[in-house]
Amino acid sequence: MRSDRRPPFLLSLGAFAGLLFLHVPLGFVILYAFTTEEKTYEFPPPGLTLKWFAVAFERTDIWAAIQLSLQVAAMSTLLALILGTLIAAALANHRFFGRETLSLLVILPIALPGIVTGIALRSAFNIMDVPFSTWTIVLGHATFCIVVVYNNAVARFRRLSGSLVEASMDLGADGFQTFRYVILPNLATALMAGGMLAFALSFDEVIVTTFTAGQQATLPIWMLNELIRPRQRPVTNVVAVFIILVTFLPILAAYYLTRDEEPGRGAGH
Amino acid sequence: MSAAAATIAPRGGLTGRLADGLWRHPRVHLLLLLIPPILWLGVVYLGSLFAMLAQSFFSIDEFTGQIDRTLTLSTYAQLLQLANLDIIARTVLMAAAVTIACALIALPVAYYAAVYARGRTKAAFYFLVMMPLWSAYLVKVYAWKLLLSKEGVVGWVFDAVGLGFVLDAILAIPVIGGPSLSTSYLGTFLVFTYVWLPYMILPVQAALERVPKSLVEAAADLGASPGKTFRSVILPLALPGLAAGSIFTFSLTLGDFIIPQIIGGSTIFIGQAVLIHQGTAGNIPLAAAFTVVPIVVMGLYLWGAKKLGAFDAL
Repeated sequence: MRSDRRPPFLLSLGAFAGLLFLHVPLGFVILYAFTTEEKTYEFPPPGLTLKWFAVAFERTDIWAAIQLSLQVAAMSTLLALILGTLIAAALANHRFFGRETLSLLVILPIALPGIVTGIALRSAFNIMDVPFSTWTIVLGHATFCIVVVYNNAVARFRRLSGSLVEASMDLGADGFQTFRYVILPNLATALMAGGMLAFALSFDEVIVTTFTAGQQATLPIWMLNELIRPRQRPVTNVVAVFIILVTFLPILAAYYLTRDEEPGRGAGH
Repeated sequence: MSAAAATIAPRGGLTGRLADGLWRHPRVHLLLLLIPPILWLGVVYLGSLFAMLAQSFFSIDEFTGQIDRTLTLSTYAQLLQLANLDIIARTVLMAAAVTIACALIALPVAYYAAVYARGRTKAAFYFLVMMPLWSAYLVKVYAWKLLLSKEGVVGWVFDAVGLGFVLDAILAIPVIGGPSLSTSYLGTFLVFTYVWLPYMILPVQAALERVPKSLVEAAADLGASPGKTFRSVILPLALPGLAAGSIFTFSLTLGDFIIPQIIGGSTIFIGQAVLIHQGTAGNIPLAAAFTVVPIVVMGLYLWGAKKLGAFDAL
């Protein structure tokens, strides 16, 4: 639906107010990273300083949390890329019994509240006597990252013309060669986009992680602890700005990689 | 060309033979594709879910604190005690209020983006909605901690325009008020609305994109005012999108235990109850029974949403 008329004033006002509501709060996080006030969230800040960036830089607990988060996000993304592509290939090109059930199953970890997934995995680890480790965190993250890779890959598989594959086979390529030289290059940007979103999703996740991490702290868990029991508020502000930057770049990249496809497909949290 | 030349000679090498074999047996090919994801999602994930649900039919021994593995409904009887029903009612009410607020804010944004925005503005709108959707959840919650605290931005703005007494009056309202916005249910409600809003905008916009322009023109030709067109033509057609968005806002609010823990009053929500029972209280059966509540509520909700055609707008 498109209209050539000018929008009514109230509608424009509502739309821009809605967008402002979505964006203004994050701006204040950035402002607060520079405040000189240490104990409260006083506004306006009594003064501005850069020293908290240096203080945060010296903190080893923050670096450890960042390292763990990057590790977990990288491994979960890799697993999600493999599993998500396999499911997308199966669902896009084949008709089989249980097809609908499988497509529902992929969405389930994200459709159910995170707390359900979290506590389910935790009780399974307890029953099986699996000790908490980086791997238990990865297992939880990969489970809900599959769906974003799947969403991006399945949309591309549907657009991928069957005649391309047939042409490759007719010209003598075997199945693996066709996958390597025809299917994979066509999938590449969709997988990149899905992978980046999966990375951002994992890097940011806190609810499932609360249940699947033992004593280890990912960056969001570190942040959650600081929110519940604040130690040095300005340092938390600096880390918040860092997280905004780290998640912003992959989202921007994913957006540019898939902007030709129908909007809304990459969505889901 | 002879018939023999038309059949391709078998390929040499292990991978070549494997590729040929998979081509001839598409069932085997499909099975190989499906085994890893089915092991992961079907066995590990679903298995965990059922193991947890099974726990809700066990009970806890009041004296020893050990889990008694005989099937019983006593944990569900415990769930239906007044104090627990109170938690459930509070959470469902909050989810409903958040859903309505998200719908009200999302409609103008989605309507503008679908109908009036084009070219670069449209791309910008889409990006400006996607950005906050994907940016870090905890940072968003934290931003509101800064805004809503007693000495924070919102209080300062109210004082600066001389409306400090209005904020005090709002905070004095029983139940939703509190000592400051960051320790009131009103604060919890604001943060939930903020955090889940993009999940409402995207499906509503998707639904509105599909409304044919001719319908709106026909309404105008037949003499309907823009307001009347909106109420009688556009709103009913946006309903599947609203239903789809509300699935997210409702489900996400039901299961969240972080927002009410950081910004909110002293009484708890379902997510916090699960956390307490599985953690410090050590009552895994009751924690499991609590997680059944959002699953059942969402099941009913999805069933209703399906009737409204919400899944076509996802």
